[in-house]
Amino acid sequence: MSTTSTPSAAPVTGNGQASAAAAAKRAARRRIALVWAGRLGLAAVVLGGWQAFTTWGIVDPFFFGQPSGIWKRLIDLFQHGTEFGSFYQNIWTTIQEALVGFAAGAVTGVVFGVALGQSRFLSDVLGPYIKMVNAIPRIVLGSIFIVAFGIGVTPKILLAAVLVFFIVFFNAFQGVREVDRNILANAKVLGASQLQIIRHVIVPSALTWIIASLHSAFGFAIVGALVGEVLGAQSGLGLVIKTAQNNFDPNGVFATMFVIAVIVLGAEWLIGKLEHRLLSWRPPSPSEANLL
Amino acid sequence: MASRNDVATSPIAGEIHRDNARIEISGLTKRFLTPAGEVFTALQGVSFTVEPGQFCAVVGPTGCGKSTTLGMVSGLDRPSEGSVKVGGREVDGITDGVSFMFQADALLPWKTVLGNVLMGPIFRGVPKQQAQASARDWLRRVGLTGFEDRYPHQLSGGMRKRVAMAAALINEPKILIMDEPFGALDVQTKAIMSTELLGLWEQIRPSVIFITHDLDEAVALADRVVVMTSSPGSVKAVFDIDLPRPRGSVQEIRFQPRFIELQHQIWETLREEVERAYARTAGGTA
Ligand SMILES: Nc1ncnc2c1ncn2[C@@H]1O[C@H](COP(=O)(O)OP(=O)(O)OP(=O)(O)O)[C@@H](O)[C@H]1O
Ligand SMILES: [Mg+2]
Repeated sequence: MSTTSTPSAAPVTGNGQASAAAAAKRAARRRIALVWAGRLGLAAVVLGGWQAFTTWGIVDPFFFGQPSGIWKRLIDLFQHGTEFGSFYQNIWTTIQEALVGFAAGAVTGVVFGVALGQSRFLSDVLGPYIKMVNAIPRIVLGSIFIVAFGIGVTPKILLAAVLVFFIVFFNAFQGVREVDRNILANAKVLGASQLQIIRHVIVPSALTWIIASLHSAFGFAIVGALVGEVLGAQSGLGLVIKTAQNNFDPNGVFATMFVIAVIVLGAEWLIGKLEHRLLSWRPPSPSEANLL
Repeated sequence: MASRNDVATSPIAGEIHRDNARIEISGLTKRFLTPAGEVFTALQGVSFTVEPGQFCAVVGPTGCGKSTTLGMVSGLDRPSEGSVKVGGREVDGITDGVSFMFQADALLPWKTVLGNVLMGPIFRGVPKQQAQASARDWLRRVGLTGFEDRYPHQLSGGMRKRVAMAAALINEPKILIMDEPFGALDVQTKAIMSTELLGLWEQIRPSVIFITHDLDEAVALADRVVVMTSSPGSVKAVFDIDLPRPRGSVQEIRFQPRFIELQHQIWETLREEVERAYARTAGGTA
């Protein structure tokens, strides 16, 4: 929006330019206000509709919950906890499992991605096996991990790590393959060793791909942790959801879902910050400049 | 780095330095396997020599294998037949003391201007502090003081070429390979940068192979101009340019009668090849 108005303002000088800039700024502000109005309006319609339909009995709140009930349940959970420890403690368990799994999966994904992307031999040997493991429905792995490692945090971390690993791995691998040939040749001629090439050329170049994958990867880490907890746990949000489900308490399920969404959004925000820092060298793309 | 400087300043060591900078290309042939599985001969028996400290320009029609030749001189690529010798030793792996300015942009987009120029010394294990000082010095020499912290995408095309030039020269190479370094620049910037290049070359005195499509540029800069035939490339003629040095400004030298005479001779030799190459590609697309 601002980009379309700036060029037309360019030929105007002095006062004209200043007023054009002010107009562009006003237009930008108006647009932001409109966007927020739209967002809040949509939330009001959805939540209000939900509340209204359940109040009028068109939809049964016993099965589908009710916004006001979810809110009450949420406060109740935070104040009184669950039968297996405080709500905070359960949240922390899940965050911990997701974070450790995420870190482990991301690091191994990058290491394997870079190694296989670098070496034709390694990728030819390991490629089929990685595809095979990737083809296994990962939820099944959850059962195996629980059988093998009990109902502590280890199987959840492993499941989260496996889910994260494949996303990051394929992206890192592709990123390494896309490294500019000229830049690679340049580094070689300048006398770079293999390790220096990886550090100064290959990893920074693949980072665009890797970071893009981290966004969706954290969501998968949470899924891994939750599924592990539903399958068998002593603490965690997955267990809270499962218990609520067994008690026919949809409000409890929705309240926990809400907390999970907040966690994922928070992680997303952090990863966005990281991306901004690590990829600050990138020219802003025109679509990015217009984005929120 | 320090030893390199010694080599450049001490006259006796200078002789050794110069001697191992001779480039001998003999019978160089390169074949590629095309995707269709046929053998394509890009280069056929290319032979020429670049004396130590000599500035050699290579001209030839597009697609005749100039870049391919450079790949083998630098050691990035292997010949199918024939050999490249640098200082009497056959090239095997990356040639020692070589710097390369590529046809396409080869700066690291994720490093600043300073970071890009620093690459050579860092890769060679020069201590960080010393490397930084010398990178700043080279940026000053190419006129980019004050742009150290910019990223390549924040520079103009001409400035990026200057950065590439500083990054190539900071290693004080004994062999400098340049593949149409100023090809994408406007005429005025090109003339200014060519003059600058001559000045810097006279300071370090590496042997240079310089590819260009611009005959004026070739004659103005070089001691020797190699004309290549259209594909498969081979050497058609070699011209020794006897214009006195230092040549000064590249814009002014092109009005000297001797310059015009040489330029004309080379163009007569090259024209036939360019026309043939053009007819072939035009025929191919029609
Ligand atoms: N890896 C490759 N595989 C197959 N053919 C190749 C390969 N590299 C180059 N060629 C072919 O070899 C020929 C010479 O290429 P080269 O890049 O050396 O030309 P050039 O003389 O540098 O041209 P220009 O002046 O346009 O840069 C071209 O016909 C090109 O198609
Ligand atoms: Mg070329």
